[in-house]
Amino acid sequence: MAKHATPLLDQLESGPWPSFVSDLKAQAAKRAKNAENIEFQIPTDVVEDLLGILELSFKHGRTHWKHGGIVGVFGYGGGVIGRYCDQPEEFPGVAHFHTMRVAQPGGKFYSTEYLRQICDLWDMRGSGITNMHGSTGDIIFLGTTTPQLEEVFFELTHNLNQDLGGSGSNLRTPADCIGEARCEYACYDTQALCYDLTNEYQDELHRPAFPYKFKFKFDGCPNCCVASIARADLSFIGTWRDNIRIDQEAVQAYIGGEIAPNGGAHSGRDWGKFDIQAEVIGRCPTQCMWMEDGKLKIDDRECTRCMHCINVMPRALRIGNDRGCSIFAGAKAPILDGAQMGSLVVPFIKVEEPYSEIKETVIEPIWDWWMEEGKNRERLGELMKRQGFQKMLEVMDLKPVPQHVQEPRHNPYIFWKEDEVDGGWERDINEFRKYHKR
Amino acid sequence: MAFVSSGYDPSKPMENRITDIGPRKYDEFYPPVIAKNKGKWLYHEILQPGVLVHVAESGDEVYTVRVGGARLMSTSLIREICEIADKHCGGYVRWTTRNNVEFMVADKAKVQPLIDDLSGRKFDGGSFKFPVGGTGAGVTNIVHTQGWIHCHTPATDASGPVKATMDVLFEDFQKMRLPAQVRVSLACCLNMCGAVHCSDIAILGYHRKPPMLDHEYLDKMCEIPLAIAACPTAAIKPAKVTLPDGKEVKSVAVNNDRCMFCGNCYTMCPSMPLADTEGDGIVLMVGGKVSNRISAPKFSKVVVAFLPNEAPRWPSTTSAIKKIIEAYSAGAKKYERVGEWAERIGWERFFEKCELEFTHHLIDDFRDPAYYTWRQTSQFKFTD
Repeated sequence: MAKHATPLLDQLESGPWPSFVSDLKAQAAKRAKNAENIEFQIPTDVVEDLLGILELSFKHGRTHWKHGGIVGVFGYGGGVIGRYCDQPEEFPGVAHFHTMRVAQPGGKFYSTEYLRQICDLWDMRGSGITNMHGSTGDIIFLGTTTPQLEEVFFELTHNLNQDLGGSGSNLRTPADCIGEARCEYACYDTQALCYDLTNEYQDELHRPAFPYKFKFKFDGCPNCCVASIARADLSFIGTWRDNIRIDQEAVQAYIGGEIAPNGGAHSGRDWGKFDIQAEVIGRCPTQCMWMEDGKLKIDDRECTRCMHCINVMPRALRIGNDRGCSIFAGAKAPILDGAQMGSLVVPFIKVEEPYSEIKETVIEPIWDWWMEEGKNRERLGELMKRQGFQKMLEVMDLKPVPQHVQEPRHNPYIFWKEDEVDGGWERDINEFRKYHKR
Repeated sequence: MAFVSSGYDPSKPMENRITDIGPRKYDEFYPPVIAKNKGKWLYHEILQPGVLVHVAESGDEVYTVRVGGARLMSTSLIREICEIADKHCGGYVRWTTRNNVEFMVADKAKVQPLIDDLSGRKFDGGSFKFPVGGTGAGVTNIVHTQGWIHCHTPATDASGPVKATMDVLFEDFQKMRLPAQVRVSLACCLNMCGAVHCSDIAILGYHRKPPMLDHEYLDKMCEIPLAIAACPTAAIKPAKVTLPDGKEVKSVAVNNDRCMFCGNCYTMCPSMPLADTEGDGIVLMVGGKVSNRISAPKFSKVVVAFLPNEAPRWPSTTSAIKKIIEAYSAGAKKYERVGEWAERIGWERFFEKCELEFTHHLIDDFRDPAYYTWRQTSQFKFTD
């Protein structure tokens, strides 16, 4: 018999999609039974009370979690989010229900051995409820009490060789796409760069010294599977600057219908015979492709590497060999002054260990500027808007190029600097008046 | 429930302390076929919905079976995933950015038994534990935020509406009949820790009532200047308030007409809660994307200003989403994303096709960017 009746939540057990309610109920029953005699360090009925308080929110249409709470582990200013419920008498099991963010491995690959270690730790010292994964990418341990925070951290670091992730005005846990591990489109090793920068900047990740949060995300190609361009303060998107590699025989195989277009992604409907003119050449945004003597031609100098032709014919077209990444700055969600997309700052940079050029000419000058000039809770993108794109180029010592803009400015309100104008701004009004009477 | 020490000594927090070691290294967890062929993949193919093969230069193949799931996940379910991965996949498994789980095998003969095993597992309530799908031109898993399960600022739940929506869209999780992939995302408030603002279809929780003011506690709980500075429309000013008992306290006053309900004041000051049963609900945004394919990445646009929170299954929200997807499916050309379709036919036609009402709420009036969204051409279409 469940501790709390959950008539509203019960209605989310039916239907085909995996039901989190069924999962939570099974977990609650498993804890109650405790067949493995685990020495639970937080209330056994924590999941029952979690279901109970969620049911109350379904009834009220309002959350029952209190605002924040400063808890954490010694020496870190992030990685733990304090959480208390506002009905502790009725739901004592979730009176304290803090989140811990555990830094995820690149590409979110796991061994079952490691996952079981994580589960053992979290069953004993927490609720046994997780997010796989949080929006930023961390493994989320959902719900434990204050005394268990140091215990979990000690076990993570001593037994699992595993650290916490970021929260607050820190570098947030960087995240990457699957990249070269299993994708032919990857233009650089996203996991290697992500891992290196995460370790290089551990201090920035754990100890709040920034005006606000800061996110790195790593997409191996312009398809942007981790959405870096929409949500990372610095977004690293793989690209190339030579030619798309063409296998003309495979092109013919697509034309002849021997290979399904787009990796078979459209097989659920009869779209008719593949038409290279309509589906590839005609959709090319720069119109830089054509057929000539039965061969596909590409004017690579005009190509903007949108990936469409490669996505449609992955067995015929491959990314170039001179690879690296483009770096975009300033993306963020709408809080406060509206959403911002990442803006192109570095059109092309090689991605080579030990990544000194990326660190020393891009990341660190931007951080120096933002830490000096950024207001409290001002994201990089907002500082860019407030002080101008030119200012960022100036602090990075980058030459402006037309690639930086979609189009030139719509107004002539240029903030000319004094040293750009011959003779400067100090003028003699009396000399002027000799020729221009009052 | 006896306390069991991890070895940590609270009186000597620095003793044997290990810090700043970062995450586990990615390549510890690569299955052998991934470790061997990293950076040397030739091409991939979707063999059937939810099943991919990647072929390497070496001739090696890796077959991936992708399954959907709730990102809110118990250790029991993770252990079951481990059991499956041990049985079929040599003890390795991975998650995708969109909360799917991927089981990989290097041998084609192992694919069907893996699919059968995954598809056969159900929760006691009857739902699938591991539905295979989420690839190609269909609907994949929803990325989302915490909602009422764990967050203090939400204007809607997350796991509930996601379950309800995916039940309605389930067929398109397991089919690839759409013109292109459709990315659905949910953020339970404007903070958007799920960054839904560039999704084909975004479900966004939103408040519609200005903050309540807990005058008695406000100055004790909050830094008043920070609360004032948090307001993007300068609607908050300092105020002296006389409590019913005659005591005068420092607090704030809110110009309700200037409030856009972003909740940033509540983030800075717990004595200014916005949550409200009738006030809170869902905004639907449409036509965003993050891919650079064909057209540039786009923001999602607001197409439904408000739908109520209808727990437990949010029927108004799910039926509006279903209508949009059906209209898109019928009207878009192959490879066209929702936003590209809407731009080609025109947003006036989009509202007609999707049978959505256009109201004044949908005309942007927030600062300079608003002007660029008004129609500044004689080209438009007539609608019925």
